Amino acid sequence: MYDPTVARLTYRSLLGRRRALILGALPLLLIAISVVVRGLAGADDQTASDLLGGLALATMVPIIGVIAGTGAIGPEIDDGSVVYLLSKPLKRPTIIFTKLIVAIAVTMVFSAVPTLIAGLILNGNGQQIAVAYTVASLVASIAYAALFLLLGTVSRHAVVFGLVYALVWEALFGSLVPGARTLSVQQWSLAVAHKVAGGDLVTSDVGLTTATVLLVAVTVLATWYAGQKLRSLTLAGEE
Amino acid sequence: MAAEQPLATPAGDQTRIHNIGYRTYDGPRLGRSYATRSLYSQSLRGAYGLGRSVKSKVLPMLLFVVMCVPAAIMVAVAVATKAKDLPVDYTRYAIIMQAVISLYVASQAPQSVSRDLRFKTVPLYFSRPIESADYVRAKFAALASALFILTAAPLLVLYVGALLAKLDFGDQTEGFAQGLVSVALLSLLFAGIGLVIAAVTPRRGFGIAAVIAVLTISYGAVSTLQAIADAQGSGSAVPWIGLFSPITLIDGVQSAFLGATSAYPGGIGPSYAEGVVYVLVVLGLIAAAYGLLLRRYRKVGL
Repeated sequence: MYDPTVARLTYRSLLGRRRALILGALPLLLIAISVVVRGLAGADDQTASDLLGGLALATMVPIIGVIAGTGAIGPEIDDGSVVYLLSKPLKRPTIIFTKLIVAIAVTMVFSAVPTLIAGLILNGNGQQIAVAYTVASLVASIAYAALFLLLGTVSRHAVVFGLVYALVWEALFGSLVPGARTLSVQQWSLAVAHKVAGGDLVTSDVGLTTATVLLVAVTVLATWYAGQKLRSLTLAGEE
Repeated sequence: MAAEQPLATPAGDQTRIHNIGYRTYDGPRLGRSYATRSLYSQSLRGAYGLGRSVKSKVLPMLLFVVMCVPAAIMVAVAVATKAKDLPVDYTRYAIIMQAVISLYVASQAPQSVSRDLRFKTVPLYFSRPIESADYVRAKFAALASALFILTAAPLLVLYVGALLAKLDFGDQTEGFAQGLVSVALLSLLFAGIGLVIAAVTPRRGFGIAAVIAVLTISYGAVSTLQAIADAQGSGSAVPWIGLFSPITLIDGVQSAFLGATSAYPGGIGPSYAEGVVYVLVVLGLIAAAYGLLLRRYRKVGL
């Protein structure tokens, strides 16, 4: 199910040149901000929780997920070079699975690691906050990568739709319509974080069981459907 | 017929093997400004998907509708409840809808310039009488106009609605004018930032992600820092932090000079002196974006 050559090529296209620049800039910014905040405010659990929840989990993880998830397959479909990959004797689901693993790994490295570092800087893992948010971003990375990889195979405008989901649905609708929060990767991962941290600082609107079931279901279904889409892929001409 | 003419060549002119009758164009030449205007109107139409495929009309039109519907709802509420004032200030509207505006810039800036780079059509533009400065000017103006349409349309809806609801004419006109100035600044600033980022990459998807990352992350970071600075009692730092993201810049300018209430934590915008710095930074950023674009397109081969 895992093909090292496809993985190597995907890593190279994901981390090549400018893409790596923006992927690296976001975590650096997060760490820089947490240093500033620690200097301004000192170690404070509430501040740490707000910053990690508001900036890291709500903004940074989805954006990195969009870049890595759609970037793993989108550009290849876009410029048509995916035919060379598809013409190799590899199962299409294998290709998707490999690309998914790579996208998850990249998202995790660029979002969970900086979250942990930022958490440690902010309050030295007081009340398990740093670890809780790291676990949340690890879990969210998997779901986001699978979801956005699927989008990459479905639509040529995957990045836009991914961002609309991440910013408009999760941030805007989530804050206005309580029901929308049930259907949000961010809340599911917060449920897991809540379990890890225990206290009242990290809360979620979704129960742990529901969250876990939904996370697994979304990841598996998205990956399966992306494999199906790739099996029947038609290369569209330029609009 | 023209093809018969070679027979009539003057006897002295023997250098030519034969003349198949091509004629030179001696009609009017429309020139550089006409070509620039055409590029402008074509880019402006393209920013709303006009003259492009149905698929590419969906997103800009959808965002336009999403932008206007809340304004219509507010007007309806104001009329129904016979309110004395609109529920939202003209200047505040763009700040509330900033996610939609950011998405619009992110989706349309790359489609305006990235595809020309990717399909290497830029040299074709420069084979016309336009120069690289004209190209930059036309694209910049087109995206800024498109953004202005996007942000000013809901204000117009609010204004017309307010007049229909028989709210005070003087107040509403003043507010509307202030709102228009602020969205004009916002359009120029966002168009500049979007185009500079988009012009760097030939990949459309990557351009979108980069633009949105710059706009939202900077806003997220700045508003978080402002909230913390406010909570720590160092309220004087709040306006200075606001200088570092486009939307808080516009917010600062309009709360200093255009009578808006600030969306900053604590609700305290910059003072007049700080407001001058804000205006200078906004104008500087717009000029810098324009300068960077000129520099980027100086090499025609790219």
